[in-house]
Amino acid sequence: MGLLTFKGGVHPPHKKKFSENEAIKILPLPEKVYVYTAHSIGAPAKPIVEVGDKVKTGQKIAEAGGFISANLHSPVTGTVVEFTKLVNAASGLKSDVIVIEREGEDQWELLEKTDDHTKLKPEEIVARVKEAGIVGLGGAMFPSHVKLSIPKGKKAESLIINAAECEPYITIDYRMMLEKTSEVLKGIEIIMHTIGVEKAYVGIEDNKSKAISHMKEAVKNSSIEIVPLKTKYPQGAEKQLINAVTGKEVPSGGLPIDIGAVVFNVSTAYAIYDAIYNGKALVESGISLTGEGVKKPGNFWFRVGTKVSELLDYVGIIEEDKIDRVLYGGPMMGISLPDTELPTFKGNNAITVMTKDVAPNKETMPCIRCSSCVSVCPIGLQPYLMKKLADTRKYDDLTNNNLMDCIECGACSYTCPSGIDLTKSFKTAKKVVRAMKQRRG
Amino acid sequence: MKFKNLSAPHLRTKDTTRQVMIDVLISLTPAIAVSTWVFGLRALYIMMFSMISAEVLDFFIVRVLKKQKNYKPDFSASVTGLLFGMNMSMAVHWWHMLIGIAFAIIVAKHAFGGLGQNIFNPAEIGRVFMLISFPTVMTTWYKPFANMSASVDTITTATPLALLKEYGANKSLSNFSYMDMFLGKIPGSIGEVSALALLIGFAYLVYKKRIKLMIPISIFSTVLIISSIFYFVNPTRFGTPLFHLLAGGMIIGALFMATDMVTSPMTIKGQIVFGIGIGVIALTIRYFGAYPEGVSFSIVIMNALVPLIDLWMKPRVFGTSKKGAK
Ligand code: SF4
Ligand code: SF4
Repeated sequence: MGLLTFKGGVHPPHKKKFSENEAIKILPLPEKVYVYTAHSIGAPAKPIVEVGDKVKTGQKIAEAGGFISANLHSPVTGTVVEFTKLVNAASGLKSDVIVIEREGEDQWELLEKTDDHTKLKPEEIVARVKEAGIVGLGGAMFPSHVKLSIPKGKKAESLIINAAECEPYITIDYRMMLEKTSEVLKGIEIIMHTIGVEKAYVGIEDNKSKAISHMKEAVKNSSIEIVPLKTKYPQGAEKQLINAVTGKEVPSGGLPIDIGAVVFNVSTAYAIYDAIYNGKALVESGISLTGEGVKKPGNFWFRVGTKVSELLDYVGIIEEDKIDRVLYGGPMMGISLPDTELPTFKGNNAITVMTKDVAPNKETMPCIRCSSCVSVCPIGLQPYLMKKLADTRKYDDLTNNNLMDCIECGACSYTCPSGIDLTKSFKTAKKVVRAMKQRRG
Repeated sequence: MKFKNLSAPHLRTKDTTRQVMIDVLISLTPAIAVSTWVFGLRALYIMMFSMISAEVLDFFIVRVLKKQKNYKPDFSASVTGLLFGMNMSMAVHWWHMLIGIAFAIIVAKHAFGGLGQNIFNPAEIGRVFMLISFPTVMTTWYKPFANMSASVDTITTATPLALLKEYGANKSLSNFSYMDMFLGKIPGSIGEVSALALLIGFAYLVYKKRIKLMIPISIFSTVLIISSIFYFVNPTRFGTPLFHLLAGGMIIGALFMATDMVTSPMTIKGQIVFGIGIGVIALTIRYFGAYPEGVSFSIVIMNALVPLIDLWMKPRVFGTSKKGAK
């Protein structure tokens, strides 16, 4: 039997070699942190501190602004010095930031902790995860307590741990599996206990064979199964991963739980472990600082809100005029930063510095109907057609062609020989369609 | 450090449209070589003349008429020109070809909007145009390895398909063996004669993942099935399945004309339907039509149906029921 995978997809160069053999190092504490209040999908958190307040590491500084929202905690020990606005690279708009200046030694304010999660009821765990402000660390930053609360009438059947790490360059999940094995597994057990499933599957792509064998060894005699997957992008996309592991498809417009699947990323499982067993709110996380533009690439433990420039100073970057772009995340879905004086988010699993010689500078030509985009689209869409419809603003036709199912994976743009920015126009079109829907009520 | 805002993905394949076209040109070199060997240097001149004049004409239209000052050739016109040349008879004159090429590039390509916009394969339209405009020239066939200095009567002959049409299968096969047909030692259009050379070139495109593979598979299967049935019914009149695969423009049509990216369907399902259509129409013309050969017509007819095929044969959207409903 061949390895499991999904339909469609592309094979970008892995580029993991820069950082895959670098053990996770702890970065020195930043002097100042800049914490966005909008730190997850959903409503921004509401600040509960004022300028001049002394805060400890892990102390709550802002409260979730709704069900789909997450608490914020201070990443350092010090004083709140300012409320300001900084550009949020994802939206391009300015959003609120709490600035905290570090003073003295790191002092943690811990949450309630336990030494045996099985003594806790699922609701208690959900409450603690919520209190700790944990969000999905694969990049999307979806509040974890929401995923852990199974809606009424639905039942979780399988937990799938996303360890595919299909984005080029990024290696932090790989290192987590090698270095924090027991903690990650404990985190997985906590999730299983919370959502009430018997079995968990950890999907790992076969270009990370060391992680596969290491994890297989570690899960012997447990109900966690390691599932090697054929390396292909976007394997780590939630729907594609579920499909690869279980063979099932999340219905169009639906959620994984509709077919009984719950997906958590490796690093998120670790964060859950850290909150439940060590009482630590999510204020630090793992990150790969990598790319051709970085002198000493590696994997690090960083405090949320540290400026990108400070992180990059630590690993060193090459001459500025050779650098083309700096990304939150990897090259396939990463967001390009307008400048490096912006801070990091909880969900930043990588900062990739790309040089001019590797970044795309393809000439744009007319579509030659080569059908590559159609055959690589993991969702079965027809990107060439959607692009034509988007260019002529036929939004109803676009919706009928399942525009809203597009997962913005970038596979179509990646493969297009004519260098057409397909994904970009779908992102824009989706925004327009959403806005139109709102206006129509 | 400040940067421009750039959109994901931040990596792209090295593939370019220009490279796709160059690969198609490369894939045709074995066929060019065999044609030159079988028909002599004049065949090479015809193909090169056709290719260059198509490219020059295309360049002129885009640069001068469409006023695209920075336009660099994408070589799609070279592909059209080369395929057009390969579909000529050895009897054409240069001015015949110029008219045909002009028709292909101006009407079939640019009148529809240029690269990527055309509905019909320009080279194939050019050929059909030639068949209609210069029927005698286009159906005058030279014997393989003919001595060009001899009189026209002694160097011209009939193609296997023409023999089949007129005298039946026995006569046709007594003149040419399957091996002759496979290697290209038969009369026919300049570039279509050698199945072997075309297949080698095609293999290169498959290796480079530059081709809609399902189209030839579907055409060949359809031709095999239908011609088997007809052969079974009347072996002397209809010819063997293998004969129909190797004769005339079937191979070049299926491998290089029907697979033209711009004018063929986008999905695997659509490509299968497209291929079946070509197979059925081509054989219908061969069996019952006025022309001995039907591949060009069948491709052009199916080209016209591609928009409809694309509309119907959509891929199944992930997470929608396998029947296609939501
Ligand atoms: S970006 Fe959207 S359309 Fe393009 S391949 Fe991904 S899912 Fe398909
Ligand atoms: S990959 Fe690009 S050129 Fe090919 S069909 Fe899609 S949009 Fe057109």
